[in-house]
Amino acid sequence: MLKQVEGSAAVAEAIALCRPQVICAYPISPQTHIVEALGRRVDAGELAPCEFVNVESEFAAMSVAIGASATGARAYTATASQGLLFMAEAVYNAAGLGLPIVMTVANRAIGAPINIWNDHTDALSQRDCGWLQLFAEDNQEALDLHIQAFRLAEELSLPVMVCMDGFILTHAYERVDMPTQAQVDSYLPPYEPRQVLDPADPVSIGAMVGPEAFMEVRYLAHAKQQQALELIPAWADEFRRVFGRPSGGLVHEYRTSDADVIVVALGSVLGTIKDTVDMMRDEGFRIGVLGITCFRPWPSVAVRNALQRAKRVVVLEKSLAVGMGGIVGNNVSASFSGSPDRVHTVIAGLGGRSITRGSLRRVFEQALTDSLEPLTFLDLDRALVDRVLERERVQRRSGPIAEGILKDLGVVAAKTG
Amino acid sequence: MSYQPIRFYQTGTFTVGNRLLPEAQRSVQSGRERTNSLNSGHRACQGCGEALGARYAIDAAMAATNRQLVAANATGCLEVFSTPYPETSWQIPWIHSLFGNAAAVGTGIAAALRVQGKRDVRVVAQGGDGGTTDIGFGCLSGMFERNDDVLYICYDNEAYMNTGVQRSSATPPAARTNTTMPVGESTGARFGQGKNLPLIAMAHEIPYVATATVAELRDLEAKVRRAMEFRGARYIHVLVPCPLGWGHGSAETIKMARLAQETALFPVFEAEHGEVTNVSKIRRQLPVENYLKPQTRFAHLFKPPGHADLVARIQALADRNVQRFGLVGDAEDAQ
Repeated sequence: MLKQVEGSAAVAEAIALCRPQVICAYPISPQTHIVEALGRRVDAGELAPCEFVNVESEFAAMSVAIGASATGARAYTATASQGLLFMAEAVYNAAGLGLPIVMTVANRAIGAPINIWNDHTDALSQRDCGWLQLFAEDNQEALDLHIQAFRLAEELSLPVMVCMDGFILTHAYERVDMPTQAQVDSYLPPYEPRQVLDPADPVSIGAMVGPEAFMEVRYLAHAKQQQALELIPAWADEFRRVFGRPSGGLVHEYRTSDADVIVVALGSVLGTIKDTVDMMRDEGFRIGVLGITCFRPWPSVAVRNALQRAKRVVVLEKSLAVGMGGIVGNNVSASFSGSPDRVHTVIAGLGGRSITRGSLRRVFEQALTDSLEPLTFLDLDRALVDRVLERERVQRRSGPIAEGILKDLGVVAAKTG
Repeated sequence: MSYQPIRFYQTGTFTVGNRLLPEAQRSVQSGRERTNSLNSGHRACQGCGEALGARYAIDAAMAATNRQLVAANATGCLEVFSTPYPETSWQIPWIHSLFGNAAAVGTGIAAALRVQGKRDVRVVAQGGDGGTTDIGFGCLSGMFERNDDVLYICYDNEAYMNTGVQRSSATPPAARTNTTMPVGESTGARFGQGKNLPLIAMAHEIPYVATATVAELRDLEAKVRRAMEFRGARYIHVLVPCPLGWGHGSAETIKMARLAQETALFPVFEAEHGEVTNVSKIRRQLPVENYLKPQTRFAHLFKPPGHADLVARIQALADRNVQRFGLVGDAEDAQ
């Protein structure tokens, strides 16, 4: 059924259709609307039998999900930003224990300086934790990926993180096609745990593992993620058959077949990139887009195949490996069969900085004319940074960094570049 | 079966004398039906108070729940010595997740069981004092205030023993640990620090809070059984001496626990919904020296020229417990 709803509401409804049994939540923007909606539905008895636990921290949220999942319940939580970091120890633990928890991450920057707006620093900080990480391009895909996530998680006994851009998707009202309960039930079988805390058949879960087997346990997690590379496209196909629309999969290619330059990105910024590419295509530029839906496991073969004809690759990412450069860029480089100096990283949109078609076009044209630097910071006010560096050079007590930059800027407002 | 009424203190311990008792009053541990929930063969040190306390507590919980029990365990000695992969001493469904989240994992288990309609299956979460009073305190307090249906058992040996004896917020004043060494002007753990978790638990007004020691194992069993009569959050704090960390003989674990109680340094009581309902009386309060001297963690207090002032401060703490809980009274009042 077509609906015009907020992204968070769409995701909440999708979660509800997945028949969750234990939902735990701690408030953090911009994830709150999802769990608020679910909490209302649980309180109204619409999801019975389902427990909604108002926990005291994100660390507890993931821990409650761990306990519930290990007891055979379908468990869900949502978080963002600082919350994801605060639960990080339990995030790794859930993966190590092999518990199929599904979590929404409403992507948001990590402080300091504190910032509530969107980028991908939070999710990408957990890229090696053993969770599957799926990135939604729009609200329809966010909704659909959650349904696929439960099936993937439970089949593999691995947790799945569905990442959707904070505010840009979570708070945006878009048209979505809401599936029926019958459709979801036919796609998502009931949870059959591989391990369960059951007095009738007692097991110990979470024992200590020493050097004699730890490598094998870790490798098993890697092997399961490799299995996911097979399952994700297969179940995306099945999803299309059941729900009548394409959604999910490993990567999305857009106008890449004859492209000299391919732009790689994750999440909602793909929309702006495609608009820019359409504009440039109309003018005769041979440029295409590769959207990464599945970031973990890293779809190396799919990326390599998609990029094999490209002369240059521009990785536009909302994350920064400080002291190194791009995170997504580094992954793409490892999968690019051409020369690594043909892969350019553009860091963009950190802390919610707008990514405009004008700015995108500027860097895409540089790529097409072989004049793009290996690492670019889109719309960076370099003069502002230089003033800080100069202040630090001349003055030992140069003061708080963020406050100094804001004072130099003179305004506190979104920078649109 | 015929029996003769006995006065417990005549036997010197609450753990023996079962043959003199009617079946119903015998300890779970003396029964043929005991479950050996924490089975033999684990790797705890000789004389480990925690292993003893956990064995009695969990077997009692198994008996009280008709063997319908699930346990969540914090990281620590109890976890490490009981489950070196691929061995496990646990005969019950048991999960170890992290150091600081046992109470929250317990909440999750309880929520899942409720959804599944398994009201007869009960949940225990357990950890040492570090996992309870320090790193796990946030999750524990959250579990308490939501009144989740979990019995949390803290086995308190008054320091981080698993990592090599460092101070926790349950470490008593003047105790030597590897992070409160009596060197230079320092005289061990500071006075005026630490937290009293049973009282903090009571402040949450949860249905049931109790303290116990491994010197009175029948009392511990009874408190676990009592705890299982309630729904909601419950807390039992068990003093479990640690020969390694306290520096006493491994055959003196029970003696240390009894001295802690009889000096009034560790008050043994029960509370329901925030009010003390029962106190284990001390027949004759012993001076704290009797408890402190056998332990090398307090040895610096007695090395010439000695720290009589500090011993007096510790005595004052014990005396305060006597006043606060009404600990000294006729043994006839003792349960």
